[in-house]
Amino acid sequence: MSSVRQQDFLRRMPEASNDLRQRRSFWHAIHIDPWLLLLLIILTVSGMWVLYSASEGSLRMVQRQATFFGLAYIAMFAVAQVRLSLVARWAPVFYIGGVCLLIAVLFFGVGAKGAQRWLSLGGFRFQPSEIMKLAMPIAIAAYLASKTLPPKFKHVFWSLVLIAIPTVLIIRQPDLGTSILVAASGIIVLFYSGLSWRYIVTAFTLLGASIWPMWEYVLRDYQRQRVLTLFNPESDPQGAGWNIIQSKTAIGSGGMSGKGWLEGTQSHLNFLPESHTDFIIAVLAEELGFIGVLLLLALYLLIVARGFIIAANAQDSFRRLLAGSITLTFFIYVFVNVGMVGGLLPVVGVPLPLVSLGGTSLVTLMLGFGLLMAISTEQRLVVNK
Amino acid sequence: MHELENFKDHHREATTIKGRLLVTMLLVLVMLGILLSRYYNLQVVNHENYATQSDNNRILVQTIHPKRGLIFDTNGELLADNRPSYVLSLTPENIPDLSQTINILKNFVDISEDDVSRFYKTLKSGRRPYQSVPLHHRLTETEIARIAVNEYRLPGVDVEAQLVRSYPFPFLFAHTVGYVGKINDKEWNRFNEEEQARYKGLPTIGKIGLEKFYEDQLFGTTGFQHVEINARMRVLRTLERQPPIPGTDLHLHVDKRLQETAFQAMEGRRGAIVAIDIKTGGILAMLSTPTYDSNLFVTGISHKNYNALTESVDIPLFDRVIQGTYPPASTIKPVFGLVGLDSRTITTSHRIFDPGYYKLENDDRLYRDWKRTGHGWVNVHKAIVQSSDTFFYDMAFRTGIDTLHRYGTMFGLGSRTDIDLPNERRGLWPSREWKKQTKGIPWFPGDTINVGIGQGDAAATPLQMAVMTSTLANRGVRMKPRLVKAMNNVAIAQEVVSTMEGVSDQHWDAIHEAMYDVVHASNGTARRISRNLSYKIAGKTGTAQVVGIKQGEEYDAEALKERHRDHALFVGFAPYENPEIAVAIIVENGGSGSSAAAPVARKLFDAHLLGEYLLDEEERVTATNGVQP
Repeated sequence: MSSVRQQDFLRRMPEASNDLRQRRSFWHAIHIDPWLLLLLIILTVSGMWVLYSASEGSLRMVQRQATFFGLAYIAMFAVAQVRLSLVARWAPVFYIGGVCLLIAVLFFGVGAKGAQRWLSLGGFRFQPSEIMKLAMPIAIAAYLASKTLPPKFKHVFWSLVLIAIPTVLIIRQPDLGTSILVAASGIIVLFYSGLSWRYIVTAFTLLGASIWPMWEYVLRDYQRQRVLTLFNPESDPQGAGWNIIQSKTAIGSGGMSGKGWLEGTQSHLNFLPESHTDFIIAVLAEELGFIGVLLLLALYLLIVARGFIIAANAQDSFRRLLAGSITLTFFIYVFVNVGMVGGLLPVVGVPLPLVSLGGTSLVTLMLGFGLLMAISTEQRLVVNK
Repeated sequence: MHELENFKDHHREATTIKGRLLVTMLLVLVMLGILLSRYYNLQVVNHENYATQSDNNRILVQTIHPKRGLIFDTNGELLADNRPSYVLSLTPENIPDLSQTINILKNFVDISEDDVSRFYKTLKSGRRPYQSVPLHHRLTETEIARIAVNEYRLPGVDVEAQLVRSYPFPFLFAHTVGYVGKINDKEWNRFNEEEQARYKGLPTIGKIGLEKFYEDQLFGTTGFQHVEINARMRVLRTLERQPPIPGTDLHLHVDKRLQETAFQAMEGRRGAIVAIDIKTGGILAMLSTPTYDSNLFVTGISHKNYNALTESVDIPLFDRVIQGTYPPASTIKPVFGLVGLDSRTITTSHRIFDPGYYKLENDDRLYRDWKRTGHGWVNVHKAIVQSSDTFFYDMAFRTGIDTLHRYGTMFGLGSRTDIDLPNERRGLWPSREWKKQTKGIPWFPGDTINVGIGQGDAAATPLQMAVMTSTLANRGVRMKPRLVKAMNNVAIAQEVVSTMEGVSDQHWDAIHEAMYDVVHASNGTARRISRNLSYKIAGKTGTAQVVGIKQGEEYDAEALKERHRDHALFVGFAPYENPEIAVAIIVENGGSGSSAAAPVARKLFDAHLLGEYLLDEEERVTATNGVQP
C-alpha cells in the first residue's frame, strides 16, 4: 500500500536539472555505482597478483580465480538490476528456503574432517550457509523495516528468533566461524534499526557472562584448541600452533617494505600453510611489507566508506538497513581474517574477502555488492539535493 | 489507533540509521587502527626477530662428514674401507600408519625387533619434522628391489645410500684395527660442544683398536654447508659451502699375510701372537685369538650376537696381546742371565750343582726345578738352553729384587709400551715398594726366588714380552712399538725408548748364543723347530703355571681340566746373525712352550724370512675359526 503511494509520488517529481540527469543517466541506466566498481576492480586485480605469488606462480590458479571473478561480476551486475522492493517482498522465501537447505545439510550434507557443510546436487557442490549470509540481512531488514523503528521489544524478540534458527543450524554442521558471521549480519541490522543502547549493553553483559558455559558445553575440542593455541602458539609449535607461528613469522619478516613480490620465503618454501586461501594476507605482508598491508586496508576502508555512503543516501529504511549490514559484514570478514592471520583472533577459517582463492564465498560477496549497487542507483525521491 | 501506531516517520528513521552508520564507521576506523598497530608491531617493531626466525626456518646448517681415512697394511692391502651401504629410512610425517608400514616392510626386509626399538628410540629423541629416521641398515640388492616394486603403497619410505665402514678381514684384525660403532649415550654426553657438532648426524665413532686411537686423524675435518630448505625438509639450493677435509690414511707396519699366517698357525687355539720388527719397532703381526667379526659392530650389533660374544668363556672381545697379562715364566731367563752377568753376580763360567730343587739356608721350603732329577752342573749357558730353574733361583736370590727390578724395567717390563693402541695394560714387574704399597707387607727372599723364574707376582703382556725379546736382540736398544708406519704417506719417526750403554758385548753374545742353542743344540728345549731350517733362530721357551680360574665353578670338569693346563710360551728372534724379527707367542693352556708355542714361531719366521705364508686359499680367511655367534 505505502510503496504504491511512493511510486505515484515519484512519478510526479519534476526533473530539476537536465544536465545532472544526463550525467548520471549512463551509470543509473546500467545500475552500477562507478566508485564502488572502481574500488572493487582495483582490489580484485591486485588480489590476483598476490594470489599469483601465493600459488607459486601458478597461472592456472589465477585463471581459475579470474573465472570466478568473471562469474561473480556477472552475478553482481545481474543483481544490481533487481528492484529492491522485489527483494523485500521475496525476503521470507529466501529465508525459509535457506533454512530448509541448512536442515537438508544436516541430513544429506557432505564434507570432510567431521564437518558437514556442503550440499551436492548433480555434481555441483555449494554451501547453503553462504546463501544465509545474504538471506539473513535481507530477512531481518525486511522484517524490521516493515515495522516502525526503533523496533519494539517483541519485534526485537522475533528478530532474534529469526537470527537464532539458522545460526544454530550452522553451529550443528559444525561451522562456528560462519555461524558467528551469519548471526552478526542479522544482529547488525538490529543495531542499525536503532536498537536501544540499553539492550545492547545488556546483551554484551550477557555475552560476557556466557563465555564460560559456552567454553564448557558448546565449543568442540578442536575449537577450544584453536582458542588456546591463539593465546600460546608456542605450546604446540609442530601442531596447532604451526599456522600462527608461521604466519606471524611471514608477516614480521616482511618488515616495512617487504621481501619483494614473488620473493617471500615463508610462503614459497611452504612454511606458511593455506597461503593462497585463508592466510593470503601473510603472503602480501611478507612480500610487500607493512606498506602493502597499509594500502590493502586503505582500499578496504574506501570500499566500506562507499558502502556506508550508499546506505546513508538510500531511499528508505529497508535499503539503509540492508546496505549498512552488507557493508559492515564485509568489513567484519576483513577484520576477522586480517586479525586471525596476524594472531589477534583465533583461526576460524574466514577467507580474506575478494583476495583469497575461493568460489562460493566470492560469489556471495559480489551478490552483496550487487545489492549495494542496486540500492545506490535506484531512482530516488530527490534526484538533486 | 492501530494504524497510527504503525505510521512510519521516515525522517526520524533515516536520522536514527544514519547515526548508527556513523557509529559503525567510527568503529571501523578503530578496528582498522587495531589491525594496523598489530601489523606495525609485527612488521616494524619486531621485524628483526621474525626475520631471524624466517631465516632459521629456511636455512639449515648441514655438516658434511668427511670421508674416513683408510687403513692399509705394509703392502698396500686395504684393511679398513668405506663402502656404500643402503639404509632403509622412514619419514613419519609422510606415513599415515607407522606401525602398519613397518609390518608391511617386514615382509620384504629382514627387520629385527632391535631395529624397531632403535627406530622408535631415535624417533623420540628429537628431530626436525620431515627428517627421516633409519630403520634398517645394509639392505641387500633383493631387498632394495622388493621395496622399489612396492613403493606405491609405501609413502614416506626411502632407501638412502651412505658410506659405511667395512673391514675386508674382519676376523684377522678385529682387535688391532678395531672397529667403528654406534655412538652411545655415554660417549655422547662426554663430548664437548665442538665434538658434538662434529659427530652430529654421524652414527659411528672408533670404538677400539686403531680406529679409536687414531680417531681424530681418521675422522678428518668436518665441512659445513648452508642450504635453503622448504617446510618438508627438501633441500632447494646450497647457499654457502665449506668442503670437508678427508681423514688421514694409515699405512701400517703390519703385513696381512703374516697376520694370516699367525692365525693359521694358532689352529683355533686361544692365545696371542706378536711379531715385531727389531730395527724399527714396527708391529708386523699382532693377533689375539679367538677373534670375532668386527663388521658386526659397524651398524649396531644385535643383542643376540653381542651376548654370545660377551658370554663366551673364551672372551673373544678381550685383546690378549695388550690386555692379557701372563707370567713370563722361563722366557725371562735370557734377560736374567744378562742381569747376572752385567751385575757381576755370575760369570759365564760360574756354575752350580742342580739337584732338582733349590733350598734357602734356615728354610725348609724346597723350590723345585721343572726337571725332578735336576740338571747336574749348570752354568748360565746351559741354564738357558735347558731352562734350569735351580740356577736362576740361586742367581735371583743372590742378585736381589732391587737389581732385578731395575734391569727388568730397562726391558720394558712393568710399564706400558705406549704402542698406538688404546687400553694397553702395564702388567706387573714387582718391587719392594710395590709390595709394601699394595699388600702392606715387606718383601721376602722367597718372593725374589719366584720372580727369578718369571713366576710369582711377575706378569707381562705378550706385547711386553715381544718388546723385551726385541730389546735383547737389539743389544739393549728398546724401540717403541708402532702399528702405524706412515700417515698419508708421511713416515712416522721411529722412537728409541731407552738404550743400555755399558753392557759388554761379550755378555750380549753369551746370551744370544745360549738362545741360539735353545733351538739349535741337541739338548735345547726348542730343538724340534730346527728341523730343515735354512736360517738361524734364537729363542726361549716358557711354560707358565695357571694358578686359578676365575669363572672356574661355572664350567664342567672336562673344560676345567683343560683350563688348568699350563700356558705355553715362546719368545725368539731371527735371523740369529742379523736379527730382523722378534716374536712372542702364548698359547693358553697349550701345555709346554716347546711343543705348543715354538712351532708357531717357526711358521712366522718362515713366512717373514722365506715368504712361506700360510694363506687360506679360499680367501675367506677366518670366518671359519672365529667365534661364530
